[in-house]
Amino acid sequence: MLRRGFDGFDWCFFGVVLGILGVGILSIYSVTPANPSQGIPIYLKQSMWVCIGALAFIATAGIDYHKLARFSYIFYGIGLVLLVVVLVAGKSSRGSQRWIPLGPLAIQPSELIKIPLIMALATYYGMKHRIGWLQRLVFPGIIVLPGFLLILKQPDLGSSLSFLSIYVVLLLSVGVKSRAFGLVVLTALLLFPFAWGGVWGSLHGYQQERILSFVDPNYDPGGKGYHGLQSRIAIGSGQLVGTGLYGGTQTQFKFLPEGHTDFVFAVFAEEWGFLGVVVLLAMYGGLFLMGLEIASKARDTLGALLAIGVVSMIAFGFVVNIAMTVGLAPIVGIPLPLMSYGGSATIMTLAALGLLLNVKRRRLTLS
Amino acid sequence: MYRVATDRKGTDLVFMLESDRQASELADIQGRLVLLKVGILLLIALLGLRLWQLQIRDGHDYQEMAKDNRTRSIMLEPARGLLYDRQGQLLANNIPSFNLYVSLEDVKDREALVGELTRLLSFSHKNLLDTFSGQSRKARVKIKGGLSLKEAAIVESHRYTLPGVFIQPEYQRNYPLGVYASHLIGYVGEISEAKLKEEEYQGLHQGSVVGQYGVERTYDQALRGVSGQELLEVDAHGHRKQSIAVHKPSAGDDLYLTIDIRLQQMAEDLLGEEAGAVVAIDPRSGAVLILASRPTFDPTALSSGLPMSEWQALLHDPRHPLTNRTIQGQYPPGSTFKIVMAAAVLGSQTAQAADHFFCPGGFKFGRRTYRDWKRGGHGSVELIAALAQSCDVYFYKVGNRMGIETIASYSKQFGLGQKTGIDLPSERSGLVPSGAWKKRVKGEPWYPGETISVSIGQGFMTVTPIQMAQVVAATAMNGRVFPPRLVRAIRKRGTGKMEDVPLPPSRQLPISHEVFVQIREGLEAVVTKGTARRSQSSLVAIAGKTGTAQVVALRSGPAKDIPKEFRDHAWFVAYAPAKNPTIAIVVLAEHMGHGGSAAAPLAKQLIEAHIRFTTDIPEDSAQKQGGQSLSHDHLAISTHE
Repeated sequence: MLRRGFDGFDWCFFGVVLGILGVGILSIYSVTPANPSQGIPIYLKQSMWVCIGALAFIATAGIDYHKLARFSYIFYGIGLVLLVVVLVAGKSSRGSQRWIPLGPLAIQPSELIKIPLIMALATYYGMKHRIGWLQRLVFPGIIVLPGFLLILKQPDLGSSLSFLSIYVVLLLSVGVKSRAFGLVVLTALLLFPFAWGGVWGSLHGYQQERILSFVDPNYDPGGKGYHGLQSRIAIGSGQLVGTGLYGGTQTQFKFLPEGHTDFVFAVFAEEWGFLGVVVLLAMYGGLFLMGLEIASKARDTLGALLAIGVVSMIAFGFVVNIAMTVGLAPIVGIPLPLMSYGGSATIMTLAALGLLLNVKRRRLTLS
Repeated sequence: MYRVATDRKGTDLVFMLESDRQASELADIQGRLVLLKVGILLLIALLGLRLWQLQIRDGHDYQEMAKDNRTRSIMLEPARGLLYDRQGQLLANNIPSFNLYVSLEDVKDREALVGELTRLLSFSHKNLLDTFSGQSRKARVKIKGGLSLKEAAIVESHRYTLPGVFIQPEYQRNYPLGVYASHLIGYVGEISEAKLKEEEYQGLHQGSVVGQYGVERTYDQALRGVSGQELLEVDAHGHRKQSIAVHKPSAGDDLYLTIDIRLQQMAEDLLGEEAGAVVAIDPRSGAVLILASRPTFDPTALSSGLPMSEWQALLHDPRHPLTNRTIQGQYPPGSTFKIVMAAAVLGSQTAQAADHFFCPGGFKFGRRTYRDWKRGGHGSVELIAALAQSCDVYFYKVGNRMGIETIASYSKQFGLGQKTGIDLPSERSGLVPSGAWKKRVKGEPWYPGETISVSIGQGFMTVTPIQMAQVVAATAMNGRVFPPRLVRAIRKRGTGKMEDVPLPPSRQLPISHEVFVQIREGLEAVVTKGTARRSQSSLVAIAGKTGTAQVVALRSGPAKDIPKEFRDHAWFVAYAPAKNPTIAIVVLAEHMGHGGSAAAPLAKQLIEAHIRFTTDIPEDSAQKQGGQSLSHDHLAISTHE
């Protein structure tokens, strides 16, 4: 069943993923202080997460996804339990409770549970033919809802929206009978970051703050759009060719907040300019197209939906994160997949990509 | 899958149908993928467009904003020029001081910062907020000057909780002599909002230190120097990273004053706690040797910024320590005015020097009798005797004969009623009354009786001590007037060259030489045999004139019974050596009574000191007798001159 060796497509896929990971580590490296006061520098930590992520990638790519799918609901159930544990015994940081401390490390269940969710939904839709809006819309909705609410409760607006987006894209892919409904949801999703900006802009400042600090206390600490502005200044001052590695004053003098996590794209854009940005966007675009190509050649519904779920999860994080850093969306705290620093997110994303390759490698089987 | 199913048996039909359906569903899903692909590509294109907008279209603006973010410009204050006396004794310099500033641009949370500052240093929460509230968003505000070592250590160790707060070493004006010569030197302070808009203060900024008073004020443009600027790179917390560019400030020019600080200090010590003024000038050049006014203030304290309460107390002190009595105090000249009267008598040919007038002890005019200070009268006196004995009746009679307009005309020739033009701010002009003046100001005609009061320097007539110094100096120089001045030379800091300050033009009074010969003979007689015999010196021949300025027209009982604020002011004006004068001096002691007893001995001591300093005569036993100061009560004599 499993073909030995890799074909040209695989190499291309690896190349893009490694390229994005490398750019990410480089950007994190340039934010790292020259002489860190203690511990391992964060770019080395991130490299370590990437290595662990590579192991996860091998695992999720190697074991037949049909076998993995048997444990989908169990994985998802474990994920939900972890989310409950976070709420009960999690570590608080800047007003929200997102991490489970594990010795010197901490895991972030809201990231890890995204793969079980994709698997659970794909298994649900793929194993049996689901007919009617009740089976297609409501039942899977019941699967998603507890996870969504638990993440929202942390509170983590970004992750909960990302969670929701997986469900919406899979639902649309499977199709619901009412075309009108599908169209509404699709349009809403497409316009989400931009429409939000417009509606949002019409609210008074204090209203915005009230809502945002309710949903995400992490929002704009320091206040009054400072982070968004500094991010736009960093990106804009990169101009065509960028300021070069270590050359960006916005990054180096710490005007840009969270340069290694949520605003890592701004660091990259300042240092490498519009040219670098175009290359990076092309890499992500290529990755998404390859992922959807895998979906379109998948052997069965389960495989196709797994691939779509993985692509939509990564694409959502990518679009919303960049929209946020360029000032098209409010700053909700979504990391940039494959680039932002973060153990749980990096490992989870790489595992998801492994799943993607898994689907691809099992499409050309003979019966 | 479809084919696999058909090859099997019928029992697989249900599965086959299910599998068939799944296959068609997969085809459906895969068909919809196109939409997803297009959607993602559209979103990426949109992000690309936005990035083009930020980086290419508006990139330059954002680059400017980034530059603005990280650069701060700091004013580097120049060292102010130094002040020296004529011997090169230092009068004013600068000592380093650590001042605390807040760069508001780097303060994200003012409330938090104010809270922290209040907690660490003894600031008032409300005052600090008020200080910040009036400022522009990017202002740099000085919140405390002259930090102590301990305070500086506290600020430095809390740098990370005090964003935007920094310590700037700057110069603090210092006056090593303490309170001496404070009125003439003046003091400095931060420029006011109003002055910033004036032409003279172009190029300065809020917080610039400028001269507020005295020579510091008059010569501010030379003294202040030119500010420099440093361009710094700072990080997001307002902490300095590196210096980008420095334009060094250039220090101000140094001034060499005409003052002899030894004489100045001596004069101030002699006045002691009493209110009064001493002016001495070199009659040959107008160079001011002494310009002493008491009570005084501490210019160093004033320059470092007094708390409002202390400043108010100083302003409203009933003894007016901030008033420079030498140029702002306006007093009736009393009998010292008889010098001008003598010039008027002879100049206008109202009488000849040898003409005798009889003094019976009073002068009856109309229904009133104007009394002479000497009850029994002086008998028959001519001009020199009248000056020596300060005979009032002689001057009543000649004054009445020549009239107020002649008196006013000669007064003005001597420079009374107008500013001398000394290089100090806020000089007053005194008052020379005349018919036209009275008509204009009081709306009444001039009464001849008022002329009689003016004839002995009373009535409406007022003068400042510096004006009287100019009168004596002109007399000593036989009518040549050198306007008084305080600065001898300026040393340019740029070139290191000493430049003499040009002398203001002198003028010759239109009064003949013979007239001055007569007057000078009279003034010498004042000291040798007249009212100022106490100031006769074995060291040098002094010529002078005593005076007593009436504060209220009250003259009954011994002086000791009169409340101090109603007692007369004591004047003595003099020059020496009598034949070849090198110093002209005026002593005014407020409420000290008799000029001959209260003022003349002071003048004598200062003149002798001056002669010793300039001719290197050792201080011998003959000079020790008069070493008393005004602090002792000199009102032993109750009689008038």
